[in-house]
Amino acid sequence: MNWQAIQTIYLKELTDTLRDKRTLITTFLIPALVIPGIIFGAGFVMTKIITKAETEASTVMIIGADNAPDLVEQLKGNAEFEIVPETDDFKDRISHKEIRVAVEIPEGFTDSIASDTAPDVTIYHYQGEMKSNMGRNEVRSFLGDYREGVVEAGLEERGLPKTIAQPFNVKSENVAPPEKVGGNAFGGFIPYIVVILCMTGAMYPAMDLTAGEKERGTMETLLCSPVNRLNIVLGKFLMTLSASIATMALSLVMFVVSAVGAGKFFAGQGGGGGAGGDGGGFVMLIDPWGMVGVFGMVAPVAVLFSAGLLAVSLFAKSFKEAQSYVSPLMIVVILPAVMGTLPGIELTWTTALVPITSLSLVCKEMLSGVWNWHFIVLVFSSQVFYAAIALWLCVKMFERESVLFRA
Amino acid sequence: MIEAINLTKTFKDKKRGLVRAVNDVSFRCEPGQIYGLLGANGAGKTTALRMLATLLKPVSGTAKVAGFDVVSESQAVRAEVGFLAASTALYGRLTAREMVAYFGRLNGMDDAGIRSRIQQLADQLDMHEFLDRRTDKFSTGMKQKTSIARTLVHDPAVMIFDEPTLGLDVMTSRAIVKFVRQCRDEGKTVIYSSHVMSEIEKLCDRIGIIHDGELVAEGTLPSLQQQYGETEMEEIFVKAVGGEAALVKALEEQESLEK
Repeated sequence: MNWQAIQTIYLKELTDTLRDKRTLITTFLIPALVIPGIIFGAGFVMTKIITKAETEASTVMIIGADNAPDLVEQLKGNAEFEIVPETDDFKDRISHKEIRVAVEIPEGFTDSIASDTAPDVTIYHYQGEMKSNMGRNEVRSFLGDYREGVVEAGLEERGLPKTIAQPFNVKSENVAPPEKVGGNAFGGFIPYIVVILCMTGAMYPAMDLTAGEKERGTMETLLCSPVNRLNIVLGKFLMTLSASIATMALSLVMFVVSAVGAGKFFAGQGGGGGAGGDGGGFVMLIDPWGMVGVFGMVAPVAVLFSAGLLAVSLFAKSFKEAQSYVSPLMIVVILPAVMGTLPGIELTWTTALVPITSLSLVCKEMLSGVWNWHFIVLVFSSQVFYAAIALWLCVKMFERESVLFRA
Repeated sequence: MIEAINLTKTFKDKKRGLVRAVNDVSFRCEPGQIYGLLGANGAGKTTALRMLATLLKPVSGTAKVAGFDVVSESQAVRAEVGFLAASTALYGRLTAREMVAYFGRLNGMDDAGIRSRIQQLADQLDMHEFLDRRTDKFSTGMKQKTSIARTLVHDPAVMIFDEPTLGLDVMTSRAIVKFVRQCRDEGKTVIYSSHVMSEIEKLCDRIGIIHDGELVAEGTLPSLQQQYGETEMEEIFVKAVGGEAALVKALEEQESLEK
């Protein structure tokens, strides 16, 4: 191994890569512009939508309004609701988003209450539709308050204290520190994003430095030099690894900055919009040591991706052919990364050996403040082992004439 | 000096099975000489030269290049060889100066040595005007000059040219041919492959005719003329490969292989 030769190749590849518009776009421009654009854009749109939905009165249709004149009168008097005339096709109208909800009041509602039999009031809504959900919650809250009023009136009529209906109050208090809450909420999401970014960052340089060079005829030029092929592959590998880590780091930095910025910018607008809610941004709630741990654990995975992608791309005769090999690998990477985010899949002695999934699982734990050192060491070692195999495979591919001069 | 000793290279082909691209080829080229390797497309010229440049390993036989063995001392061989082929391209995003300097560094030269060598080569090849421009914007002539400077940066003792004029215009081809002669005059060992008879005829001190992977004839131009009773290189070549029918058959086989 000749470090001077490796450095020469690395620096040349770095210069070459930094002058390539396509690499600059995927490595720098997308993280620098697209991520803030998406976060701010999404925050802006969400804020607008939520603000509009909240300020608009919920359109409510009452089925059987005559059965509860008092309740209907109070509903009509509430500014949160706009009562629309009753029609038979209320379910269709909810489905077509013409009204948010319908409330069905059964016959004899008032009499049933008076005779202490509990009648059913049904709220018809469209599950998953934001405005319908908001309408359902508002109507449910209104009916809850109305029910409490009925109970209190009944108790008063019977000369009983109100505390009979509510003998004690229930309160809940969070004991988890904010960073643990953030870790639990985003612990699965962050390693998933990091894995995808590592892969995306390595993809283009890996293809360009191998299949791209073969296609352009510069690979043969390089192989004419007296540099050992091991040094050539290591120089190219280090460049691919640098691009992978740079893309991941820059994307994460931009993501964090944008999330904090969007959180502060949209704070208090439209239900707290953006990622931040109370203005702090969720990143403020994540344990910084957990993030350091994620970066540490992801290093061997970046090596695995860089070496693996170089080996696969080298086999291709052209950049286009390399793309057809590499693109499906994205799915191969996403699936185990997603598995790590699924509920019920925990870090065990077996899952700790599964590439990428183990990374997601251990990062999820670290971000939520759980540091199982024996698992951390095992996961790191297993990822290093897989990365070493990928690098070895890459070196072997570079030594094969049938691959380098594949016609 | 180059000495090929029973060089053989085979590769597996889906249609034809095991193909002998180069079969038991032996020849010798002395310093200050140009050895011409003449053959039709697919005859085995490129494979033979790639073995001499250590890009490919022979399955049997070997070669000595500048005193080093191509199999056991491949790195030392490459340090003594300048390899120029139609398939050896330039890095489009580097300038001519960066390109030449890069190969200087890969050959273990220091910065001062590279600087003075680039100056010398730029003077010699008249490259000053485009030395600091990116090569992807170059004309074919500029590209060839830069490629030549790249092969010469470490002042190799052996130059290998694999169809260097392929696809070039007349003026650029003439410049290449002039440069090849210059290499010989400087005492370098030069091997030059082509399928253009006139180039080989004008340029080479010794000629080897390669057909179907085998060296079917070898000698100086006068000795080949005497051996085949022909004065024209083209006629000598056709006779050496076994007549026009054999040549057509070989070309057809090559075409089917490429498909």
